Amino acid sequence: MTKPMGNTLTAIALAAVAFGTVATADESADLVINGDQEMTIRTAAPAHLSDVMDEINSGWLYRKDETQLLQMDDFDNPGMIFVDLAQDAWNAVDGSEDKSCASCHDNVEETMKGVRAVYPKWNETAGEVRTLAHQINDCRENQMGAEKWKYTGGKMTAMEALISVQSRGMPVDVAIDGPAQSTWEQGKEMYYSRTGQLELSCANCHEENYGNMIRADHLSQGQINGFPVYRLKNSKLNNAHARFKGCVRDTRAETYKPGSADFVALELYVASRGNGLSVEAPSVRN
Amino acid sequence: MEFSRRDTLALGLGAAVVTVLPFSVNAAADDVIATFTGGADMADSGIELTAPEIAENGNTVPVAVSAPGASAIILIATGNPTPGVAQFNFGPLAASQSASTRIRLAGTQDVVAIAQMADGSFAKAIATVKVTIGGCGG
Amino acid sequence: MASGVKPRVKVPKTAAAGEAITIKSLISHKMESGQRKDKEGNLIPRSIINRFTVEFNGQSVLDMAMEPAISTNPYVQFEALVPEAGDFVFTWYDDDGSVYDTTKSIAIG
Repeated sequence: MTKPMGNTLTAIALAAVAFGTVATADESADLVINGDQEMTIRTAAPAHLSDVMDEINSGWLYRKDETQLLQMDDFDNPGMIFVDLAQDAWNAVDGSEDKSCASCHDNVEETMKGVRAVYPKWNETAGEVRTLAHQINDCRENQMGAEKWKYTGGKMTAMEALISVQSRGMPVDVAIDGPAQSTWEQGKEMYYSRTGQLELSCANCHEENYGNMIRADHLSQGQINGFPVYRLKNSKLNNAHARFKGCVRDTRAETYKPGSADFVALELYVASRGNGLSVEAPSVRN
Repeated sequence: MEFSRRDTLALGLGAAVVTVLPFSVNAAADDVIATFTGGADMADSGIELTAPEIAENGNTVPVAVSAPGASAIILIATGNPTPGVAQFNFGPLAASQSASTRIRLAGTQDVVAIAQMADGSFAKAIATVKVTIGGCGG
Repeated sequence: MASGVKPRVKVPKTAAAGEAITIKSLISHKMESGQRKDKEGNLIPRSIINRFTVEFNGQSVLDMAMEPAISTNPYVQFEALVPEAGDFVFTWYDDDGSVYDTTKSIAIG
């Protein structure tokens, strides 16, 4: 694997956290799901990243063998039970309009194919960039007349997983130009801004130190092509905003709110850093 | 209870002795083992326990046990607040006396598997699993 | 009955008579250990699947006792003999008295 020579640490980051270089995972492994579906887990960095890295890598590469194995078979992947549960929810009528997701969108396997790969996405009617979770809640509120789901709740992450798995294996391809550009610029600004008492930016860990250890954790590039992700840590599906919140909190900063415009911008930018990697959701991480 | 310097030293020695004993676990784990074996001796072969040397997260640690000819296998996490993990009782239609599952480990510790063989004898296997605390609570 | 509990099992559709097959099972369950505390500091009561059984045409394959150290969404993999065509019955027993079961048929072929 090729890596940029960008491992120079600032004194502040060094003082705050110790990065080490213990290799623990098999970074040469390939991810094939169910023995036949090959995922693109390393590929050329998108053009907008060409100054900072040559290759982008899925977070799967940075996990230990046992964790990697869990994602290689849909039965072993605990995230898939939530896909099953969401399939029931997809067909269940809810709200004042007597509709289910299926009432408008029929068979999820056909209608949702490719959707996850292009989200977050500019919504012309709303005049803003929307995440998949926002779109799900928009449907619930305005089409079904149903209660919104909690942004990071179990019903939401399961539905995100069901929709995302229909795009599994397709390359992430979020648009960063046109009307989405200003949101993308905002997200990029956030990515490189140091926050919190530890004064760490996303880039300090996930651009300058991926592959290194932060205490006992093997740092990835922070790619979100696998979200929602089943984490061994909390034994449930987690969406990108829940993970961002954890990361920001770990810098000892006040976090943004999941679903907020700030996190939408960050999600668009971080997603764009993975343009070209396969949609892996639901992935398995530690 | 107050500890004198001498008591503390003695405690330290005790701890040192405990760590060199080949098979000593905490009292609660000993109880689980005694209930299963009735205090019988255990052979060191005839059972295999597979667990990762280092677990990426203690919440979900894959383990596998296999003891050809066993009627039952118990799995014990000696360092957990309640050490019992599982007991597998194999029926006549078990194709092998083996199983794998995912377990919780409260920290770095020894995992013990004990098989009861068809003839009533016992065999044990031990695996030390290091549980890492990641940098990112997330 | 606890909400969101869904069993999944993976059994081959056919086997040769007398063949050993691998079976995987998973059930969505939080497996509340009884060790955790809520935000007010009160102990969250234990609520787990405490037993899992597998039978084929009425004969036992596996009878497993589970303790709180089994991970959330319990997963068990094991091997079974298939002497003839028939049904595997998988049963999970919850602390709250609920029983969840599912059946998978296998043909000889």
